[in-house]
Amino acid sequence: MSSGEKYLAAAYTIIFLTVLVYVAIIAAKLARLERETAELAALAQARRHEHG
Amino acid sequence: MAPEDADQGLAQKIFYFHVPIALTAYACFGWGAYKALLLLWRKEERYDLESYVAVHQGTIFGALTLATGSIWAKASWGHWWLWSENQLVLFLVLFLFYSAYFMLRFSIEEGPRRANISAVYALFGIVLVPVSFLAIRLAENVIHPTVFTLDGPQMTGTMFFTFCVAWIAVTALAYALYRVELLGKRLDSNLRELREALTT
Repeated sequence: MSSGEKYLAAAYTIIFLTVLVYVAIIAAKLARLERETAELAALAQARRHEHG
Repeated sequence: MAPEDADQGLAQKIFYFHVPIALTAYACFGWGAYKALLLLWRKEERYDLESYVAVHQGTIFGALTLATGSIWAKASWGHWWLWSENQLVLFLVLFLFYSAYFMLRFSIEEGPRRANISAVYALFGIVLVPVSFLAIRLAENVIHPTVFTLDGPQMTGTMFFTFCVAWIAVTALAYALYRVELLGKRLDSNLRELREALTT
């Protein structure tokens, strides 16, 4: 592998890893929001049963 | 397919994403400042989040610009960084300025005061964008290449076409990430309000 190829591969890797980490963070956050939505839906349903 | 550069070889191909990423970072900061202006003008809360997400995207793309630029500099000039280069230093200043935006924002309690101060800061930073962009054209002794001049792009047709495709791809990626992050933040905010309403 020439030095030019190494630098090119390094630059591509940095971009790829940054986007990957970003997407993983967003995915984790969306999973948390999904769990919270389910919790709130359950809470709202429990409230409805309490009142009627 | 874009030909290999006779002078720099394969390392020149870093140009195809380094420059689009830098331009996207400028665009994100510009978009953040525009949303900040709308917030100050119309006093609508949603612009605060939109401005924040745009600045966040700009900072990520700014970090990538510095990283890929540094690798390209090492491959082409033999140095990771040159403090004598106005373009490099001004972009670093722009990046650090917007990095400090987060320190300012998260040091103030959530509410209209934080939104207004963040908006004013984001607006001030936009002045650095044209300065950073024009620095390379105004400087006399520079190593950093000027590819886009008043005479048009200084490259072959296939190289320019490849650059345009890469630019569209990076812009589309930035837009997609912006929408997804904004959606997540709005959802988070709405769920917090809903939780407060249900638990009180």
